[in-house]
Amino acid sequence: MRKASLLLALMLAGVSGAALAQEPERGGTLNMVVQPEPPTVMLGLNKLGPVSFVGSKIYEGLINLAPDMKPLPGLAESWEISEDGLTYTFHLRQGVKWHDGEPFTSRDVVYSFSTFLPEAFARTRSVMARTESITAPDDQTVVFKLKAPYAAFMMIFEVSGGTIVPAHIYEGTNIRENPANEKPIGTGPFQFKEWAKGRYIQLVRNDDYWNKGLPHLDEIYFHVIPDANSRAIAFEQGQVDVLRGGDVENFEVRRLAEAPGVEVSEAGWEFFDPLAIININLKAPPLDNLKVRQAISYAIDRQFMIDAVFGGFGKPAYGPMTERTPFYDAAALTDYSFDMEKAKTLMAESGLKPDANGVYATLDLMPLPYGETWQRQSEYLRQQLTEIGIATNVVSVDVPGWQERTTTGKFHITTNFIYLLGDPAMGVSQTYVSDNQNRGTATNVDGYVNPEIDKLFAEGAATNDPAVRQKVYSEIQKVISADLPVIWSHQMSMPTVYRSKLNNLITTGLGLNSNFADVWIAKD
Amino acid sequence: MAQIRFLLLRLMKAVFVLLAVTIFSFALIRAAPGDPAMIIAGDQGAVDAAFLEEVRARYGLDRPVYEQLALYVGQVARLDFGTSYRFDRPVIDLIAERLPATLLLTMSAFGIAVAAGVGLGAFAARHVGKWQDAVITVFALLFFALPLFWVGLMGILVFSVWLGWLPAFGMSTVGGAMSPLGQALDIARHLVLPTTTLALVYLATYTRMTRASVLEVMDLDFVRTARAKGLPAGRIWRRHILKNAMLPIITLASLQAGHLVGGAVLTETVFAWPGIGRLAFDALLQRDYNLLLAIFIIASALVVFFNFIADILYGLADPRIEVTT
Repeated sequence: MRKASLLLALMLAGVSGAALAQEPERGGTLNMVVQPEPPTVMLGLNKLGPVSFVGSKIYEGLINLAPDMKPLPGLAESWEISEDGLTYTFHLRQGVKWHDGEPFTSRDVVYSFSTFLPEAFARTRSVMARTESITAPDDQTVVFKLKAPYAAFMMIFEVSGGTIVPAHIYEGTNIRENPANEKPIGTGPFQFKEWAKGRYIQLVRNDDYWNKGLPHLDEIYFHVIPDANSRAIAFEQGQVDVLRGGDVENFEVRRLAEAPGVEVSEAGWEFFDPLAIININLKAPPLDNLKVRQAISYAIDRQFMIDAVFGGFGKPAYGPMTERTPFYDAAALTDYSFDMEKAKTLMAESGLKPDANGVYATLDLMPLPYGETWQRQSEYLRQQLTEIGIATNVVSVDVPGWQERTTTGKFHITTNFIYLLGDPAMGVSQTYVSDNQNRGTATNVDGYVNPEIDKLFAEGAATNDPAVRQKVYSEIQKVISADLPVIWSHQMSMPTVYRSKLNNLITTGLGLNSNFADVWIAKD
Repeated sequence: MAQIRFLLLRLMKAVFVLLAVTIFSFALIRAAPGDPAMIIAGDQGAVDAAFLEEVRARYGLDRPVYEQLALYVGQVARLDFGTSYRFDRPVIDLIAERLPATLLLTMSAFGIAVAAGVGLGAFAARHVGKWQDAVITVFALLFFALPLFWVGLMGILVFSVWLGWLPAFGMSTVGGAMSPLGQALDIARHLVLPTTTLALVYLATYTRMTRASVLEVMDLDFVRTARAKGLPAGRIWRRHILKNAMLPIITLASLQAGHLVGGAVLTETVFAWPGIGRLAFDALLQRDYNLLLAIFIIASALVVFFNFIADILYGLADPRIEVTT
């Protein structure tokens, strides 16, 4: 019943939002929470969640992304991709200025992608290894030439991954020790004003913004509030206007959303596309046994878990992609709907011998140390595993310990979530390709090796033809879903709670990591 | 002469204690699983082996642990606490930024706790067995037993959410220009809830201790003698009972004063107070070794310092205590 009323509220919110489309009002202060306090707001140097959240208002990328992952103009007004998929030509916007008054030109773009980002950011470095050259025929044009087609190439130009930094400030300096890191200079609609450490970060309107008349807001405060209860109270008391997904636990969201003048949105996570997974160490028997993995997958009532643990936000997942991921194919997936009888039968058929108590195996279960929700999820999993005869020791570790254990294979079962990043050639493959393991930092922590899958992922990345890609990714989903190298838990939803007086808060696939140029506050 | 020898010996002891603390904390932190280079790399959003190696080399994490330790002790001896991995800034700057807020919070709480605790404890002892004593004892016991974060949250609920009298979090109102006096008042308003929360817990301890100590002294022979001599009651209380009952309280206060730096983690978290306790907590979660070690060492130095002060105060409270080591 409560869920239904929430849905209804969401629908009504959508309707009234459309009906009340009105003239934006200028001015006002937007109060938000940044959690945890970021180490820096120089987005070029650090891609951590809170850094992107703050930094995306100060810096800009060549493009933005629509909720369906279509590229939208950013610092680049338009672009062309050659027939063979090898040449990307970007036409830059005229009249853009850095916050220190210097003009923005193609030199900044070339510097950012050829020098700065490859040094600061591993993902750009690996993608740029695919390019043959970056050139600037004139001040407003930049041309990227690839060695071979790479379908996810456009995805590297959004603001977090493809932060454009000022060449006139960083060229020839030690980028990590540049004094400008403390007082970042971007092209975005908001300028850095003050960072009272441990208290707040303040940004103010860039009066010289290229998009005349924008931004609407005068200033933005990012408050540092370390305790989740205190964040909820700060929102209830009106000291902050927005709670991002994760600022409060999902089970608090419903309560907060019931207050008048408060809305909830699940939009804005299309690019990050978080997928909750349960990592399984395939090198540790009996988890190398497909029937055991199938039994585990069938033993989980995903919808129940979503409702009971994740506050009703999320959708069951049975494969490596979510509904939001381009080329998702529901028909290719094995259906792992909850079926305890089937799970028990599979355990009996697995060839393992149960002991006198009916226990087939005792395994370590390591919850993701990201707060209460994940603890509760592990408690549920533990219960379900017990029912199919797998006893578990819950291993509680802190974040660094968790990272160390997962990436070095010192675990049996652990809960986790991954970002799929807009195109299957970018985020999805990492967890399944065989050359991405045993490196201490790799994300194929399960130890999955399948030459056919390696080949398919390479094929999917090397063509821009949507028909070919659909075929390849459907095949990938079919094979991986049946192979079960990890147990997919659910497509995550990270609801944003905000006051209805805020307009245009979430309009792109980057959600709250957009530049907020057109966000405005209705006076009450 | 004896005084100087005492001071010198105490100083040597202090240096030795701090060296031991440094080595012990270093070993303890390194014993925890989890590679700082990995955390740093993860923080920068990079998953790439080359970058990991670069990070390890940049912070000297690629050298053997004993070499790192020797290097670190040498650095600390020169009062150089190194660079924070996470913030890429000198540790000493980070601490200097946050220390005033913590000292303001904990010293106010400490002052209130000692003053009110001693006052209430003595008052209870003076009325031992009567209703005043019962009320004070019950409340002291209650606040002694309640978890600090719960007291804090209840304070927020009652005074910020329901009554709307006091701000729920932060150190000052954000935005808007204010006169210096206005600013001071604003900070004072923000200080009320966290200070009270923190003070209540300490206060309970002082109340209980003072009451017990005073009751013990009250029955001693010299107090009876004073009474028999017909000294006025007020004078007996001040000169004979309280002065002698102070010794255990000085000990306790000197120990707690050492907590001034690190003891406010929970309060700072609940009230979003921008102090050093939170900095230490985050540093622990992020394996920011240099920052965490520096906070440990500075906190230990404070404990040592306040013990030193306590020794001097003992002498003042009771001249019979000799300066021996």
